[in-house]
Amino acid sequence: MGSDDYSRVVLNIQWSCNSPTCVLCAFAVQIKMKLFRFFSPATFYPLAGRLTPWFAALAAATLLIGLYWGFFETPNRLGGTNPQKEYYRIIFIHVPAAWMSMWLYLVMAVYSAVGLVFNTRLSFMLARAAAPTGALFTFLALWTGALWGHPSWGTWWDWDPRLTSELILFFLYIGYLALHSAIDDPRRADRASALLAIVGLVMVPVIFWSVNCPDPNKCAALHQRSSMANMEPNILWSMLIMTFGLWMYSFVTIFMRVRNIILIREADTTWVKELVAREQ
Amino acid sequence: MWRVFFCILGRDLRLALRRRTDLLTTLFFFVIVVSLFPLGVGAEWQTLRILGPGVVWVAALLASMLALERLFAADHEDGTLEQLMLTPQPLPILVLAKVAAHWLLTGLPLVMVAPLIALQYHLPEASRITMMLSLLVGTPILSLIGAIGAALTLGLRGGGILLSLLILPLYIPVLVYGAGAVTVSAIDGADALPYFSLLGALLLLALIFSPLAAAAALRISLE
Repeated sequence: MGSDDYSRVVLNIQWSCNSPTCVLCAFAVQIKMKLFRFFSPATFYPLAGRLTPWFAALAAATLLIGLYWGFFETPNRLGGTNPQKEYYRIIFIHVPAAWMSMWLYLVMAVYSAVGLVFNTRLSFMLARAAAPTGALFTFLALWTGALWGHPSWGTWWDWDPRLTSELILFFLYIGYLALHSAIDDPRRADRASALLAIVGLVMVPVIFWSVNCPDPNKCAALHQRSSMANMEPNILWSMLIMTFGLWMYSFVTIFMRVRNIILIREADTTWVKELVAREQ
Repeated sequence: MWRVFFCILGRDLRLALRRRTDLLTTLFFFVIVVSLFPLGVGAEWQTLRILGPGVVWVAALLASMLALERLFAADHEDGTLEQLMLTPQPLPILVLAKVAAHWLLTGLPLVMVAPLIALQYHLPEASRITMMLSLLVGTPILSLIGAIGAALTLGLRGGGILLSLLILPLYIPVLVYGAGAVTVSAIDGADALPYFSLLGALLLLALIFSPLAAAAALRISLE
């Protein structure tokens, strides 16, 4: 870490109210001193580079196990009140993708908030790096949902609350990416899209509630009944393994993307120049 | 503090009233979009009654969004906005004043013209009043949420299209409950009050939080 980064961190601390009696400030300063080593792009770049192969191996292994288990070791129809034939197996991709799409939006918004509060550049970069993977999972969930809906419901698309919510989540991702790429100045792009992500996170419950419950007169039961409880443990386990695999896959793509972002943003610093000289 | 609020409000209204065509374009955009639908889907009374509430609300969403681009743009171009941000007054209050002026100039005309639109769609008497009321509660929410997007996209190339990408998904709750209230009001014995409670709750939340978020967005855009 260069002295430049250090002085920036110290300067950032003074941004807060900085009163000696303020518990929040003291807490923020302490967290920052503990973590600021990893908040520095120059430290995080090699760390992410070292971790990526491990996450990649873990992702490949769990995805292979999960797919094998899901496709060959589970019953060939889903029981319950609405028996489904072989096509139910799409849930091994569909449900984990839908879960990851929501999780990554949360990750993105939290990194954005951390970036705005602590003024750490790396958090913005991680938020930006998470967005394309999240958008990809949202699209995958919608697409596999359509493939499942055709044999099961007899239609590719229906204005079911979950489908609509997922579609709106996709729009939110697209809006974030569009705003980020429309602004040339990286600092403004980071901060503006971070604010958008947080506004989106605040609005998401309201939007989803309105989609779930368009008629407040008969909206006694807000929850869609979850079918998790009467699912066979065999099926549930392979779904959870797939979710873990996709989560590890997200680590791989996000780390690879954030490394690229760091190199582009820090192109005129000494450590990047040294790195490039070494590589050539 | 409120003196500043009324000062900005008066200034924005006066400036806008000196260039009235800008105001009328939003209004006529709304009227034209709404009038196109019967030409596209056919002028059956039954169809129009079903489509009416949704079409009017979607048109209101689009009209309010198109007008948003101008919310901060003129002040940004001539440097007034930067001067406003340098004043010791709280920025959220200034933003709230600008949004209020903007709503009076673009939202209120839509509310006024709503009963005429309702006639075009053969909506019953009760629905005409409900449509006006729901627009009266709903369009300020659109202006308030939209202000955040307008502040974020300030001075960007192709800001208008970008603004629609950012803001339209956030408008969905207002659309659902605004159009829902009008649809329900056409049914005998149905109660539209829950819709208005929800719209009112959204309006209060937007009044509190969106000036703060829009002020933060302005600071990001102009730092």
